[in-house]
Amino acid sequence: MTLPAVLPLDIVVGVVLYWLVLGVAGLVRPQHLVFVSRVLFPLSVAGALALTVAAAVSVTQPPAAAVLPLGLPDLPFHLRLDALSAFFIALLGFAVTGISLFSSGYFRHGQGTAPGLLCLQYHVFLSAMVLVLLADDAYLFMVAWETMAVSSYFLVIASHRIPEIRSAGFLYLLLAHLGAIGILLAFGVTHGAGGDYTFDGMRQSQLSNFWASTAFLLALFGFGAKAGLLPLHAWLPEAHPAAPSPVSALMSGVMLKTAIYGMLRVTFDLLPFQLWWWGVVALVLGLLTALFGVMFAAVQTEMKRLLAYSSIEHIGIVVAGFGLTIIFHAYDNPQLAALALVATLYHCLNHACFKSLLFLATGSVLHATRERRLGKLGGLIQSMPWVGALALVGTLAIAGLPPLNGFVSEWLLLQAFLFSPGLPNPYLNMLVPLGSAALVLASALAAYVMVKFYGVIFLGQPRDPGLAKAHDAGGWERAGLAWLAAACVLLGVFPFGVIALLDHVTLPLVRYAVGANAGEHGWLLLAPVSAARASYAPLLFLLGIAGGVGVTFLAVRKFYHGRVRRDLPWDCGYLALTPRMQDTAEGFGQPIKQIFEPFFRIKRHMPGPFDAQPYYSATTEDRFWHWLYVPVVKFNHRVSEWVSVLQHGRIYLYLLYSFVTLIALLLLAR
Amino acid sequence: MSPFFESILSQLTQTLLVVVLAPAFLGWLNQCRAWLQNRSGAGVLQPYRVMRKLFHKDAVLAKNASPVFRAAPYVQFSCMVLAASIVPVIETDLAFSPAADVIALVGIFALARVFAALAAMDIGTAFGTMGARREMLVASLSEPALLMVFFTPLLIAQSTSLNAIADALAHRQFAIYPSLAFAAVAFVMVLLAENARIPIDNPSTHLELTMIHEALILEYSARHLALIEWATAIKLTTYCALGIALFVPWGLAQTGEWQMLPVSVLAFAGKLALAGAALAVLETVSAKMRIFRAPEFLGMAFLLAVLGMLTFLLLGA
Amino acid sequence: MSLSAQLINLMAALLLLIAFAMLSQRRILSLIHLYAWQGVVLATNNIVIGYSTGQTHLYYSALLTFALKAILLPWILHRLIVRLNIRWDVETLINIPATMLVGIALVVFAFNLALPISQLAGTITRSTLGIAIAIVLLSFLMMITRRKAVPQVIGFLALENGLFFAATSATYGMPLAVELGIALDVLVGVLILGIFFFQVREAFDSLDLRHMEKLKETDQ
Repeated sequence: MTLPAVLPLDIVVGVVLYWLVLGVAGLVRPQHLVFVSRVLFPLSVAGALALTVAAAVSVTQPPAAAVLPLGLPDLPFHLRLDALSAFFIALLGFAVTGISLFSSGYFRHGQGTAPGLLCLQYHVFLSAMVLVLLADDAYLFMVAWETMAVSSYFLVIASHRIPEIRSAGFLYLLLAHLGAIGILLAFGVTHGAGGDYTFDGMRQSQLSNFWASTAFLLALFGFGAKAGLLPLHAWLPEAHPAAPSPVSALMSGVMLKTAIYGMLRVTFDLLPFQLWWWGVVALVLGLLTALFGVMFAAVQTEMKRLLAYSSIEHIGIVVAGFGLTIIFHAYDNPQLAALALVATLYHCLNHACFKSLLFLATGSVLHATRERRLGKLGGLIQSMPWVGALALVGTLAIAGLPPLNGFVSEWLLLQAFLFSPGLPNPYLNMLVPLGSAALVLASALAAYVMVKFYGVIFLGQPRDPGLAKAHDAGGWERAGLAWLAAACVLLGVFPFGVIALLDHVTLPLVRYAVGANAGEHGWLLLAPVSAARASYAPLLFLLGIAGGVGVTFLAVRKFYHGRVRRDLPWDCGYLALTPRMQDTAEGFGQPIKQIFEPFFRIKRHMPGPFDAQPYYSATTEDRFWHWLYVPVVKFNHRVSEWVSVLQHGRIYLYLLYSFVTLIALLLLAR
Repeated sequence: MSPFFESILSQLTQTLLVVVLAPAFLGWLNQCRAWLQNRSGAGVLQPYRVMRKLFHKDAVLAKNASPVFRAAPYVQFSCMVLAASIVPVIETDLAFSPAADVIALVGIFALARVFAALAAMDIGTAFGTMGARREMLVASLSEPALLMVFFTPLLIAQSTSLNAIADALAHRQFAIYPSLAFAAVAFVMVLLAENARIPIDNPSTHLELTMIHEALILEYSARHLALIEWATAIKLTTYCALGIALFVPWGLAQTGEWQMLPVSVLAFAGKLALAGAALAVLETVSAKMRIFRAPEFLGMAFLLAVLGMLTFLLLGA
Repeated sequence: MSLSAQLINLMAALLLLIAFAMLSQRRILSLIHLYAWQGVVLATNNIVIGYSTGQTHLYYSALLTFALKAILLPWILHRLIVRLNIRWDVETLINIPATMLVGIALVVFAFNLALPISQLAGTITRSTLGIAIAIVLLSFLMMITRRKAVPQVIGFLALENGLFFAATSATYGMPLAVELGIALDVLVGVLILGIFFFQVREAFDSLDLRHMEKLKETDQ
């Protein structure tokens, strides 16, 4: 490659500007839907593609830095494109390509934000995310981070006439700002000599164990609030369903990853060393989050809430991988640290693909049926074959089934877990394997959840007569879905290219690269440590299954026959089958509710034998809401009541307060 | 012969052996059960007769059956064939084995299961959806236990490849491994749960309250049903072969030991016959549990497997 | 590893298994059977150690263990529950899976506790010390989670078994005189507790220990 080293960075910055221009262009004719969706969004796709290519190329190149003459005097914006940020930018560009393609056909006239304004918010959101990933000083990072939070808040409340959506947006904004405080404090602790807030200055800073740990915990809190880590997950299941589907896809598929990027950046790049117990904290939190997310996903009755809880689960898995990386790295085992880190990053990429795909698919379903409750859907594979087929790919991928992409990262992560008995700490030796069991439980339950998701929406009989007339998605939407579905398949079958790219990311962070090992056995066999230890050949796998299906199909036709007769369902001879006899979403989640009952807060109303109008209802709530959030809110109310004693609404009193403050300050500063 | 060709040949032989013999194994298991229950039984070859009959019939599909429903039997069948070709049965030199290790094996089973569950939900009958959720529930609880079962052999062999594990275990010096004994008991419990046997499920009933696996396939007929039944038989046989490879691997031939082959085939057949008889005894003496006892049952399996791993870490045995 | 060391490891593993089985057992009768099996395994273990180290006093100890813990005490307990007519009592346990997870955590804790000691010790039984401590802790857990009197006593006896096993694995057992004394203590203890059971049942009509909570000095 003879391109000059700064070129990718220029392209990335160029795309950011291009997106901002597109956003502003939306304001030219804010109410003109066709102009915005058929012209501006397809143009945005071109930017995303350019971004993907530029970032993917720059992963292999040495870091490039630039200083923008923006910002405050003496506080210019520093940009830096190294392998880690390039990987996440590539992830962003890739997912955004699919999401923007889909959006080109998605937005309709509604009673919410005007399309042009939505276009501006959308593109500001995208640019802010890129800047978060590019930032090389705490100042730009925080500015971009806040812009990202605010623009996504406006996107979430696009249908702001609905009160629930406004309150969901408020909760999101609140938690986002709590998290931002944590991040700000973490940067404050880490800052370099003489208040140097560039990341370069922070890398040089000398920290004691205590302050480094404080910075790590603050960063984990701050980024955890954005990622949806327990117990700061409360905004996710509210905000994701409230937002328009492409925005949910962006937030879940891409924005959550910026938080993971932040954790990696602070822990492995800015802090001078890593302690093993940080890893334990992250691992335990991650596994708890994963189990919590998947259990709640299993009992949801609304499709986007289900996916939101599933996002919590996947973030949990990613954070568990992050924790494992810290543990291995702190015990100076670079090979396993690199393996765990590759698994973590790969899972980020995978999640961006399949979760965006599924959120977009729910968008199509929502448009076709105007229904988001699972209990009213069903049988859509008949009327929406395209969305049905593409969503099936996403379903299988997210359930972690071979040979699709979800399995690859889970396989890599399990390999890292299976090595843990070699650690020098006997407690971890014995307890980390139990963590792998928790991981497997989470991914097995994820299969349960996804069977529920797909089965209830797309399979079975329509639970509502109107569903038979549902229309399939249009061309733009199909293209967006197909882009992401193809990624799910290709990332599953050819993981080698991405893993080779990830070498450039792991090398600076944990000083080891597994890709060299993985590539040693050719591109057919994935063997991250050694072929004798473990190997997996996804392509052979796919060929085996496809070949098996083909051969069996032809053989059965050849030797016997292919005669088929269509008739009513047998159903054990029962003729009066109605759609109401199928499992509802509640029914499908019932076993989970029963087995893991202590984790839920369930309110049931059972019909009595003498009720005139018997009804049954059950609601499942999050225990954290009552344990943590409600007490905090109550405490807050009490404090503000106490403070409000000072409020009298009389001008002279306020002047008195200012006067007293002034005197006190003068006394202090004497 | 070149080593590569040799391993391809041995791969094909083993896969065919398992695929062809699987219905006979199921027949043998049913025959043993019949004997234990004082019946005369239908004979070892009965599953073949049933399958032949089914293959000749015309398939009846429900009117609203989608392509998922029609594809599922083929996917399940080819998944099971793939699974059968990973587990070393008579020799540890398999061409296909680098393609998938034990974790991928669990993945194959999961793929087949998800397709079965989706197909069951496709028609939209009450039984189908009920079966689907029960099947997914049992599986999601048994998978962690299965992983913990694999942990001890993994630690001994330092590999997740089934070939390497079987090789390491079959050709080591004899020693008492209490950890392996624990893992073996846990494995049998998982085997019963995953293959829908008593006490988790009753394979010979169509009573709505008790069935899991049968509820999934109620809507299938003719060749589709035959393929599913065949796949079920292969799954059971593969599980037994897996148990044999992990816990009683003696008699497995090493790479290139062609003169050992007759011995290892006989040893495998004998062990499989014993396993079938033992399963029949287990199923005869125990009763089906309520579905919500299944978590406790699988929790016990998990506990045993964890104890196995812990004793291995502590005692080194 | 020599065969006897392997056998000792097997016995240790079996003891751990029995301890977990006791923790999860609902029926009193099965608990007594498990206790008897624990005695059998302990006795066998002593024979194996005695054979491999040539310490003859372990044979006597094995004989004593077998007679007392595998036959006499289970027999007394059995008689007791027949007389009290609680043979088929089923106790509702608090959340078995949760108890099991706590149990696993205790085992890990015990193993790590014993690690430095067993690295110092020179006996062939040294690696089993962790299991011995684990059995003590598990029996303690069992006593905590039970509500009825008889299972608590069995938990106490199992705890004593764990201590006995710890002594054998750390130092090839206690002097015979001490062992005899302990055996007598245990025997007398069980007899006295047996008499207590009858008194408790007279007073409360049940052996559920929750009734004892009424025995406070202050009225509420």
